[in-house]
Amino acid sequence: MNELDRRLIAEIQCGLPLVSRPYARIGARLGLSEDEVLARIRALQENGAIKRFGVIVRHHELGYHANAMVVWDVADADVHAIGAQMSALDYVTLCYRRPRQLPDWPYNLFCMIHGQDRDSVLANIAELIARCHLENIPYQVLFSRRRFKQCGARYAPSTDAGPLQRMGT
Amino acid sequence: MDAKDREIINELQGGFPVCEHPYAEAAHRLDLTEDELIERLRALLAQGILSRFGPMYHAERMGGGLTLAAMQIPPADFERVAGQVNAFAEVAHNYARDHALNMWFVLATETRERIDEVLREIEQQTGYRVYNMPKIEEFFIGLRFAV
Repeated sequence: MNELDRRLIAEIQCGLPLVSRPYARIGARLGLSEDEVLARIRALQENGAIKRFGVIVRHHELGYHANAMVVWDVADADVHAIGAQMSALDYVTLCYRRPRQLPDWPYNLFCMIHGQDRDSVLANIAELIARCHLENIPYQVLFSRRRFKQCGARYAPSTDAGPLQRMGT
Repeated sequence: MDAKDREIINELQGGFPVCEHPYAEAAHRLDLTEDELIERLRALLAQGILSRFGPMYHAERMGGGLTLAAMQIPPADFERVAGQVNAFAEVAHNYARDHALNMWFVLATETRERIDEVLREIEQQTGYRVYNMPKIEEFFIGLRFAV
């Protein structure tokens, strides 16, 4: 990544302009041609710096009112296989292995489940336990109570005074 | 939000064209005109159904830092600490959750080193310990939200 890539990232991190030729608009702000912007964005996608390009939804506004982080204390030898199994289930929206924080926090596998309400999330968890054979694995369900802040991660200082779109994650 | 909006969200969660007329190309797949798609996206953003329309970055591959952090805050002190934590620009989102560790937030920083600095600053300002839980492994999720 070079300085120009950083400026490009800063330019689009708040969202693509909602105009017919958004990449040309971005290029005009950066002193680049439309082709140069397209080539750089494709390169950032190829090297994985941009992992996805598209719409980012707000779960709550879409009717997903219950959001649970489910944490599991899985033997280190099994965590990779179980994480892979969990992440294949369509109601699991994120799945990560994270470090334990002993003695306070023994859990090393985290998954997120969003549902219309708490009961439907709990039903998903029961099904997940049966499907992945986790009957003897200690776990906890951390429902969210309140969302204080949900704005986009910023990876570069914004060059624009006013973001074109609302920030979000 | 109508059936066409749902179709747009489902279609565009998977990706967006990188070409000269991306809205026209996406609109064609959705059986809309370019102007109709742009107008609908503008409305979905204004209503807050979409939080953003653009790239999702891979923080680490861009040289940045990303982590999940948790704190245990007594209820009486929760508002004060939430205000202090949310004031950091690096805090991307923050949720109160049902657990002794009752505050969970994501930190995204421009450099990896900055993660530890911000966590130390949060501890100093709030007076409470921060548990840092960076990812060790990410399991690939194929499907997005079906709406």
